[in-house]
Amino acid sequence: MSEVLRTRVRAFRQLCLARLRESYREPEVLFWGFVFPVLLTATLAVAFRSRPPEPSRAVVLAGPGVETVHKALAQAPLLKAEVATELEAARALRVGRVDVVVVPPEAPQRPFTFRLDPSRPEAAVARARVDDALQRAAGRADPLASRDVEVSEPGARYVDFLVPGLVGMNLMNAGLWGVGYLLVDMRIKRLLRRLLATPMRPADFLAAQLVTRVAFTVVEIGFLFGFAHLALGVPMRGSPLAVLAVAVAASLCFAGLGLLVACRARKIETVNGIMNLLMLPMLVGSGVFFSIERFPQQAQLALRALPLTAVNDALRAIVLEGAGLASQWPRLLVLGLWGGFSFFAGLRLFRWS
Amino acid sequence: MTAAAVGASTAVRVRDLHKSYGRVEAVRGLSLEIRPGECFGLLGPNGAGKTTTVEILEGLLEATAGEVEVLGRRWGRDDHEIRERLGVCLQQTVLSEKLQVGETLELFRSFYRQGRTPGDVVEDVGLQDKRGARVGTLSGGQKQRLAVACALVGDPELLFLDEPTTGLDPQSRRQLWEIVNGFKRRGRTVVLTTHYMDEAEKLCDRIAVVDKGRIIAEGTPRELIRSLGGDHVVEVTLEDCDGPGLGPADLLDLPSVRSAHAEAGRLVLAVAEPHLALPALLARAAERGQALAGLATRHASLEDVFVSLTGRHLRDE
Repeated sequence: MSEVLRTRVRAFRQLCLARLRESYREPEVLFWGFVFPVLLTATLAVAFRSRPPEPSRAVVLAGPGVETVHKALAQAPLLKAEVATELEAARALRVGRVDVVVVPPEAPQRPFTFRLDPSRPEAAVARARVDDALQRAAGRADPLASRDVEVSEPGARYVDFLVPGLVGMNLMNAGLWGVGYLLVDMRIKRLLRRLLATPMRPADFLAAQLVTRVAFTVVEIGFLFGFAHLALGVPMRGSPLAVLAVAVAASLCFAGLGLLVACRARKIETVNGIMNLLMLPMLVGSGVFFSIERFPQQAQLALRALPLTAVNDALRAIVLEGAGLASQWPRLLVLGLWGGFSFFAGLRLFRWS
Repeated sequence: MTAAAVGASTAVRVRDLHKSYGRVEAVRGLSLEIRPGECFGLLGPNGAGKTTTVEILEGLLEATAGEVEVLGRRWGRDDHEIRERLGVCLQQTVLSEKLQVGETLELFRSFYRQGRTPGDVVEDVGLQDKRGARVGTLSGGQKQRLAVACALVGDPELLFLDEPTTGLDPQSRRQLWEIVNGFKRRGRTVVLTTHYMDEAEKLCDRIAVVDKGRIIAEGTPRELIRSLGGDHVVEVTLEDCDGPGLGPADLLDLPSVRSAHAEAGRLVLAVAEPHLALPALLARAAERGQALAGLATRHASLEDVFVSLTGRHLRDE
């Protein structure tokens, strides 16, 4: 090995080591990398935990024949019924304390009246349950027999959807802040300038920042998926190596974006602003907390071109559906394009002081 | 050492250097030659263009116009080669607080093909007891010594120190001067900027006085002081009086007085031989009925040189 190359390898190793030491000696890095994502996942998992089905709430208007109706409803499964006056019932319906108001007929053979707000999904369910209970009580015989088999498998719950999205978000945060903020901070402290005054190769320096970022990422996402698997039962249907490959690609892509964002800024406030401008649309539109299927078709097309959407989609496909890495090539291509473009643009525009 | 360095009779050669930032001219036609093995000082007030000049010499800024040659090579052509042989201590660098002293030196050492061991350098700057301490826990003086150590660890032929002792306490300043003298004793070249005249007098073999982007005087500290015409300064404080009083012009014809000016209620004279000048001065004052409130003599300093050249003090800001 030539002396020049030996020096470069030694310098690269020292640059990586210095960066790793700075990171693990910084309590904030550990908090944002490990504690915060776990807290966020746990909080959201609790908030959106799968609950047993809620009983529908019905009110029967006081009047003749009310006991029979109340009795029929009280015996039915998943129904809570109470008796109330016209005034009370109207009020309860208006504030959403009950789902349906049942008005028994004034005379036999006359129809029942159901009062409900059709825009509320619970109201339709309640109406069906009340109707069903009343028909059965009146002696309806069901011509078909049926039975339920309950299916509640891990992988289809909200928390299962959420965890890959949070991992994606974490990769974005870590890449953008970890690289972008760091570079601006070093520029402000004139440390970049000091390094430039040595024979250190600028490319070695930037590569060391990316490599250490990726190394941290591997540990972070291993930790997060491990926590989600052990504590929340989130499945890992695909290959962990495929997940790792996506995470490394994502991490390089976001580090590239971080480099571009920080390539000229001389103030922390400037980077802050650009970062938020970049991250906010992705936090909302890249399917971290809810599926992008909720957006109109044309919008989805644009959203799929965002790097975080690509990361989230690829992670979900591998983790939840067991997809192979090769099938995720369009998403990896999206990451490659964003990362490649921003890295080279950032390098070209980079300002050392 | 390469042939270029051995053959070079100058460590740094600058000809007609200009640097503008937009319409502001920081350096306006500065020329100098620094010889190998000497400690060369750029002395001047803040904003004189010292740092801009030094950063151009360090290859961190591009000159707007002019020629610069460092160790016989030029920036833009042999950058990497020059950097291998330079040690740089910038004005105000904040080294990473989370790294230890030893780790920081290892990092800087790794950039150079050849250099000294961090263990040697840490002893040079008297931080051997702090090797395992985080940079963030060091005092201001210790941090500055570490910054110098980072510049020394590549075993440079040419060391740049930009305001190395600004903001330090007297003890830390003396420690740093000792480090620079040690480096000089090994036959290496130092370029130093400072606005402390005592620092320039103590460390520098030759000095260029810089003001408003130009060199206004150059020479050894003794030569510069001698250029005042006298090694001594006499300061006279006058009582208020009703008579015609004394002005600087009234004293110029006294024996061995080389120059005189009024400053902050005092008359300041440059004097070659005080034992001749003082009796004559007292006689002249008595003649004019002017009582003296105070009389002091001291050795002339570079500060006096600067004042006589510009009419301003170095520390006027």
